[in-house]
Amino acid sequence: MNTLTAAELTLSLNGTSVCVQSDPRSRLSKVLREEFRLTGTKVGCDAGDCGACTVLLNGVPVCACLTAVGQVVGSEVVTIEGLQGTSATFEKLQRSFLEYGAAQCGICTPGMLLSAVALLDENPQPSETEVMDALGGVLCRCTGYRKIVRAVMKANSETGHAAAEAGTGGPVGKRVQRVDGLKKVQGRDIFGADEWPVDSLLLRVVRSPFHRAEFSFGDLQKYQAENPGVIGIFTARDVPGLNRFGVIAPFADQPVFAESETRFRGEAVAAVVGDADAIESLELRKFPVLWKELPALADPLKALEPSAPKVHATRPDNVLVRGRVVHGDVEEALRKADFVVEAEFETGFIEHAYIEPEAGFARRVGDRIEVQACTQAPYTDRKGIAAILGIAEEAVRVIPTAVGGGFGSKLDLSLQPFLIVAAWHLKQPVKMVYHRIESIQSTTKRHPSRIRCRAGAAKDGKLVAMDVTGTFNTGAYASWGPTVAARVPIHASGPYKVPHYRALTQAVHTHIVPAGAFRGFGVPQGTIAQEQIYDALAEKVGMDKLEFRILNALKATDETVTGQVLGEGVGIKDCLEALRPLWISAHKEASEFNKSAHSPLRRGAGVAGMWYGCGNTSLSNPSTMRVGLKRDGRIALHQGAVDIGQGSATVVTQMCAEALGAPLEKFDLVSGDTDSTPDAGKTSASRQTFVSGKAAMLAGQQLRAAILKLAGQCECAKIQFADGVLHFKDGKRQKSLQLCALPPDGRGYVVSVEATYDPPTKPLNKDGQGTPYAVYGFGAHLAEVEVDMELGTVKVTRISAAHDVGRAINPTLIEGQIEGGAAQGLGMALMEEFFPGKGENLHDYLIPTIGDMPPVESILIEDASAEGPFGAKGVGEQALIPTAPAILNAIYDAIGVRIYKLPATPDKVRAAILAKSAAGGGKSHG
Amino acid sequence: MFLRPRTLQDALEALASTGGVLLAGGTDIFPSLGEQPLTGTVIDISGLQELRGIETGDQEIVIGGRTTWSDIVSANLPRGFDGLKAAAREVGSIQIQNQATIAGNICNASPAADGVAALLALDAGLTLTSTEGSRELPLSEFILGNRRTARRPHEILTAVRIPRRLENAASVFLKLGARRYLVISIVMVAANLLTDREGRIREALIAVGSCSPRSVRLPELERALVGRSIKNDLRLVVAGEQFAPLSPIDDVRGTAAYRTDAALTLVRRALAACAERTA
Repeated sequence: MNTLTAAELTLSLNGTSVCVQSDPRSRLSKVLREEFRLTGTKVGCDAGDCGACTVLLNGVPVCACLTAVGQVVGSEVVTIEGLQGTSATFEKLQRSFLEYGAAQCGICTPGMLLSAVALLDENPQPSETEVMDALGGVLCRCTGYRKIVRAVMKANSETGHAAAEAGTGGPVGKRVQRVDGLKKVQGRDIFGADEWPVDSLLLRVVRSPFHRAEFSFGDLQKYQAENPGVIGIFTARDVPGLNRFGVIAPFADQPVFAESETRFRGEAVAAVVGDADAIESLELRKFPVLWKELPALADPLKALEPSAPKVHATRPDNVLVRGRVVHGDVEEALRKADFVVEAEFETGFIEHAYIEPEAGFARRVGDRIEVQACTQAPYTDRKGIAAILGIAEEAVRVIPTAVGGGFGSKLDLSLQPFLIVAAWHLKQPVKMVYHRIESIQSTTKRHPSRIRCRAGAAKDGKLVAMDVTGTFNTGAYASWGPTVAARVPIHASGPYKVPHYRALTQAVHTHIVPAGAFRGFGVPQGTIAQEQIYDALAEKVGMDKLEFRILNALKATDETVTGQVLGEGVGIKDCLEALRPLWISAHKEASEFNKSAHSPLRRGAGVAGMWYGCGNTSLSNPSTMRVGLKRDGRIALHQGAVDIGQGSATVVTQMCAEALGAPLEKFDLVSGDTDSTPDAGKTSASRQTFVSGKAAMLAGQQLRAAILKLAGQCECAKIQFADGVLHFKDGKRQKSLQLCALPPDGRGYVVSVEATYDPPTKPLNKDGQGTPYAVYGFGAHLAEVEVDMELGTVKVTRISAAHDVGRAINPTLIEGQIEGGAAQGLGMALMEEFFPGKGENLHDYLIPTIGDMPPVESILIEDASAEGPFGAKGVGEQALIPTAPAILNAIYDAIGVRIYKLPATPDKVRAAILAKSAAGGGKSHG
Repeated sequence: MFLRPRTLQDALEALASTGGVLLAGGTDIFPSLGEQPLTGTVIDISGLQELRGIETGDQEIVIGGRTTWSDIVSANLPRGFDGLKAAAREVGSIQIQNQATIAGNICNASPAADGVAALLALDAGLTLTSTEGSRELPLSEFILGNRRTARRPHEILTAVRIPRRLENAASVFLKLGARRYLVISIVMVAANLLTDREGRIREALIAVGSCSPRSVRLPELERALVGRSIKNDLRLVVAGEQFAPLSPIDDVRGTAAYRTDAALTLVRRALAACAERTA
């Protein structure tokens, strides 16, 4: 018998024999991260569902979260840190990952790399299937996996690497590697959970187990006394300022801690803080709180009934906000239309499922508070935190970490309010890492939608009218509900000319976790309805479904449904036409397959278009960039646009470098920290390339002008940035400027500038008419599917995605957005739905794995917008929007069955097939 | 307390004296903890090499309880084990297969355990050992229901025994999930068909998982298959009433009606695939 004591707990860790001090029952992942500070091993779920914690145990990949450290006594454990400098395979993979853009946010990258090392060491030239089998245990929410598959397959082929694009000219338009890529493939990037002061206390949150409940506390002092190690307990009464927060100030309604009633399962009522070991082992269900469950609203239609309980006393009809866009006379036009179709579509809650759960720490520094956490919106956080503590915004410092996926949910405050309240009172650093369960329970979701559409066309196929009513379940608190309700009516016409239009929406409160921002702010849900109803309309008219869309595609000279004439940069027709040859061949292949099919498989192809306004709707949303020339001849770019994996730090730098005329390698990035970097707004609404990019371009231009002025050079002079010296060339004249002798400017640079850009928009009137956005992105996806008629399973076999990006600043990063967006769209179409109270984990809530993603062909259309920097538009949200409706249209094309309620899971598809055959077959629409 | 016995005997004594939790692959224990750390007495049996490996005896092929799914995938096994190998490849992910053990999959008694359906179709028997000695019982009698087994508190599932009479059976395992990897089955089907020299079915073992509190075999269908030629279209033998042992439920993965419907389809496909392998 052998009872392990600490002294006996020795193992080989990254080639060195180490003695473990932690409890042998501890998860290996926790010991690696906390005792050995090897934070390259990530924790995403603690359940073996995501593979982020993959390490090599005696040479084979295992989940460190499912291994007790006592079990690996005498074994060899290798983490990502241990491969650096010891594995040639690893180094080849790192290069390949960087070259092919296989790392976006980087949170899954260590798990992917370790799995790939194990594969390639056994099998140096794997097939695609072998790569998928080997990496199938690691989830990625950003990349859509295809670039990862490619990077692994190409890692060992010297000639296979993408040609480095040296060439001439500046960095704009080039496939440059991400500026933050190296640390991501080394596992060294610092995410929310990766750094904390040594004297940090640990915080855990007591949450409501019921959708709605009244509660009161028992004897908290007694509880504290009975649980040694508990140093503080905090509740609503301990909030120094306002016990309210919310991303849209006029709607702020969410308490840090509920006061007497909880409004969703997972809502916080108290925080317990103390020594990490003591806090970790607390059984929080024994916390002294008395619950009285109350009847809860889950369905917005029930919430709208007059007798329904009120979620908020201040909103008597349970409606948070309504949206409205009216253009022309929709009733009259529908009456006169030759063809009209009508249907209702439903979608459920969608979880962001980023692999990094929320994490961070806060500390009080004198009368200031500092918060380091993963966030998409440092300045919005700063404002919210200041209000909660009742201090000035300047007294708050927000330091954003690398973000392991955000997709909209990390725009809201999550754990920051608890951390700041505790750190403020205790005057000691307080840290917290959300468990996957509480991340899913308590952070925002995509709004469930119920959208009814009526669309009418004339005999010639021209759209004449579209009538849309949408009800969104906005959950218990406002979050981004007002934005969703506002955006959907503006976009629900699709990128088409619709002369008569009416769209009415409402965001309705229920006792469910708040719905908020998720890649597209409701537009994906609207597009699922709109692109399917147009498909049905095209069929009724008797037109090819792609040609119907091309015929109706919005032109630069057309009025949008808000009465805006864009004038330029309207690339939807080009996108649709770019798909035409693929559309024709896809249909040909599918019909040949179906004709000769002896199996239950049927193939089909579907298309969907989309448009998306970049930036906030009719609201000022400026970005400011600061750039300075340092005495060593290098450039400091203070860029506060949070890179959540999409690559904004890279494209913003590319644009600044292009405008300044300096090579990318000369740039040093100062990121994020609200004490040292100006406000670049939120990473949302596909605005960073467009808005922050434009500010960076302007800053680059202004710095160039300032340098030329300083050196007494004319505007056309070329600048060469050398070590401590600048060389100027103007025709045949040359001059040099030594920098070391020059006096610093007010910011400590030789010369520096700040530039701000705010896209020109105009408010909408009561009918939603006006200029909501300065720039729109456009796109269209073609999805090809194979449906198993007997099982109802749908396999997407190919996605072709054409996007008008204005100007492709970095094609590799854009493809990454498209492939990742398509993966989320595929998940939305086929498998994703969160059921409140059930499935608060990543094995019941399913997102696509590496084996679910088909090849994606990206077609980049560059219909430049004069407003955008170098003509560029955003693509982050655009990429997701058309995928799901294209897949649903393809399912209909394959089997003549339309799925009105998402996701199209096998049981729903099979039920629809059976219902159709019971009804006697034939394609039909309600 | 964390105990790491070096021998089975030590492990059995530790179990008898402490009543601690047995930890092998850890792939079910750790996820079940949620946010809480692993506490109490833990008996780590993952180091017991004597329980790991596959041995071929006169009558049986014996798989040690601590054998991992990766061990099974890479083992040289007769074709009657093709279904079990296919099931092994579907257990979670490579990471899970490298850690999770065959005994753990059985003792966890999930209705969706991939290994259990495949082992039922191999007529597997189990050896349970305690300090008092060993006893044997069929897998079909060991799992009592959802997360319920006949394991006595002081027993370790030390071996899984598979009769060699099935080693030449045509063997197929089919799993239906809502995505490709890391997925809990909506339905799974395992089929082993043993034929004589003339191609007549001597023995048929058909098991369905995820459609009842525990995976079950379909005796009526099995009886209907025996004596038929493998060259016939076996799919025609399959009829709804043979699926009476199933009692599927509605859950996030699918409706009860769908499960029954899909089980019928998968059984038909599994039989057709077995026939193809025999041809």
